[in-house]
Amino acid sequence: MSWTRNVLRVNLSNGSITHEPLNMQWANDYLGQRGLATKYLVEEIDPKCDALSPENKMIMTTGPLTGTMASTAGRYSVVTKSPLTGAIACSNSGGYFGNEMKNAGWDMIILEGKSPTPVYLYIENDKAELIPADDLWGKSAWETDELIHSKHQDPMLRIAVVGRAAEKGCLFSAIVNDLHRAAGRSGVGTVMASKNVKAVVLRGTKGVGGISDPAKFFKATEDGKKVLAENAVTGEGLPALGTQVLMNVINEVGALPTHNHREVQFDGASKISGEAMLEVRASDGKANLTTNGACFGCTIACQRISTVDKNHFTVKDKPQYQGNSGGLEFENAWSLGTDCGVDDLDAVTFANFLCNEDAVDPISLGATIAAAMELFEEGAITVKETGGMELKFGSAEALVWATEVTVKGEGFGLDLGMGSKRLCEKYGRPEFSMTVKGQEFPAYDPRGIQGIGLAYATSNRGACHLRGYTVASEILGIPEKTDPLVTEGKAALVKAFQDATAVVDSAGICVFTTFAWTLEDIAPQIDAACEGDWSAERCLEVGERIWNMEREFNLAAGLTAMDDTLPKRLLKDIAAKTGPAKGRVNDLGQMLPEYYQLRGWTPEGVPTDETRMRLGL
Amino acid sequence: MEITLKLYASLSQYLPENSVKHSAKFEISTSDTTISILDRFNVPDKEVHLVLLNGVYLHPEERKSLNFSDGDTLAIWPPVAGG
Repeated sequence: MSWTRNVLRVNLSNGSITHEPLNMQWANDYLGQRGLATKYLVEEIDPKCDALSPENKMIMTTGPLTGTMASTAGRYSVVTKSPLTGAIACSNSGGYFGNEMKNAGWDMIILEGKSPTPVYLYIENDKAELIPADDLWGKSAWETDELIHSKHQDPMLRIAVVGRAAEKGCLFSAIVNDLHRAAGRSGVGTVMASKNVKAVVLRGTKGVGGISDPAKFFKATEDGKKVLAENAVTGEGLPALGTQVLMNVINEVGALPTHNHREVQFDGASKISGEAMLEVRASDGKANLTTNGACFGCTIACQRISTVDKNHFTVKDKPQYQGNSGGLEFENAWSLGTDCGVDDLDAVTFANFLCNEDAVDPISLGATIAAAMELFEEGAITVKETGGMELKFGSAEALVWATEVTVKGEGFGLDLGMGSKRLCEKYGRPEFSMTVKGQEFPAYDPRGIQGIGLAYATSNRGACHLRGYTVASEILGIPEKTDPLVTEGKAALVKAFQDATAVVDSAGICVFTTFAWTLEDIAPQIDAACEGDWSAERCLEVGERIWNMEREFNLAAGLTAMDDTLPKRLLKDIAAKTGPAKGRVNDLGQMLPEYYQLRGWTPEGVPTDETRMRLGL
Repeated sequence: MEITLKLYASLSQYLPENSVKHSAKFEISTSDTTISILDRFNVPDKEVHLVLLNGVYLHPEERKSLNFSDGDTLAIWPPVAGG
């Protein structure tokens, strides 16, 4: 066992806090973290409930490897029903919060009901209490983090917090921990704020024990670290340039969505790329990138630490933003930069700082601003709505303004906070919304990478690259190269990535390990840590079970096969104008029926009785 | 004929000094291949992973044999990934 076997249940409505044992039968079937917490959620809430009502629950959860000596084992997830999509939400974060939670002795913290007044949850090992947070309501995530540390006079506290955007109902609000790491997608922060919870504060000093076979575990984790160190991607590439190395790659292959997906290549891509972050600025002799960083226990260290040029308009009179802070990942540089047509590296970096400061998902924010820019250029939004701001593609000033009003929940920022789908519907042009199930697209264009289109369309949490990262195979050749422009074989590829990722997300480790590790590297670590036999085959079956359970939650919530689709822009209306995919749309119709068949689902996308029985659902 | 060579990430160091934004234009002969061009710039073979000709992936076999057309763009990376 490397589960702590302990669950903390907090009823916010009546203030009761109870301890209960972890359901070990479910742990055997769903492993931990994403899988296990989703099982709890499925059993405890009505999938049709309003995501922002007290009937919804929010679960913070670790995996069996979280807090152990396995590489990258600092992960935790937040599982709930999403207010953005109405589907299952599971957002995964690194930093140090997950490790602290495990060290405090908890596999899971379940928040249920709604507090009558703002509170934060303080946990010190077995002790847990709800503390009034009226003085913190209205503060940014960063201010709240500082005030709580100061109040408790404990610099070792690990804090997960929501910002002003969540309080104002922004539907893609995140939960930020350790200032710069986030459970980012699907509006999990909005759910936390709807419960009047400003922060969850942790101090854990128990240590993480209970490894089933310590000697075997030591060997398995050491072997795993060796693989990561010797792999050129995890040992060299990611530490040096981070995920941002992809900006030029994806632009070259013609799959970089630009100007709200009107184009697939961006002239300014190299100016906001990982390589550009290393270039020395003329003004102060420094580069955008100061150094890399790592989450708990990570031997990859892809994190970016950056500064903005002190003379740049965004920070010129704001010394609080002139120091080092969390830098750009590829997704954020794409959404805030490329998709909005902005090639000003400092402006994009600053907008990303603001997303961290107030705990907002920068993917959804950037994609929503891009949709707003198209609405503005088409005349559906005017300066009347924006208070005079010319919301045009390519404008760094407009990007920063739109970010500021959204993270603070002011004026037109409240419209942007609804997300792209609701914004475009409100202003009469729903076809401008680049979303699946209401969640905004990440940085890969399905016209230039066919398989990722199927992955987006079938993702259980709406458009998401992290539910089945077929880009690894279709573009990067990991584990083997496939042609991004063909549809043949992609149904099986998507299913394989989806099932394997569900296991990784349930173990307590980072999905980036899979650039070097396969389940054959991961399974021995789980096997040595946990009771029972955990072969790669069993892990994969658990992954498939998790995927189907999430699907059944969504079906029960009212989603159907009609939601497994892409915007018409990508299927029909606008073919790729340049690059290798020139003239192509996404041929989803050639992949989806085979995908349903491989999944053991009916043509209507429903798991058959045989599939349910096989997986023990 | 003239082609554009783009070397990214850690490979940028192998470009000539007058390169702009990881990119250099230069004349090649009709018999040149990816391998011969990389040799010319002293790019170690073991550091080469992703090779794109006009954005389209070149399999390792094609790198030894495929010739170029005037105006082609050859872009090359070491092993990279992201998310």
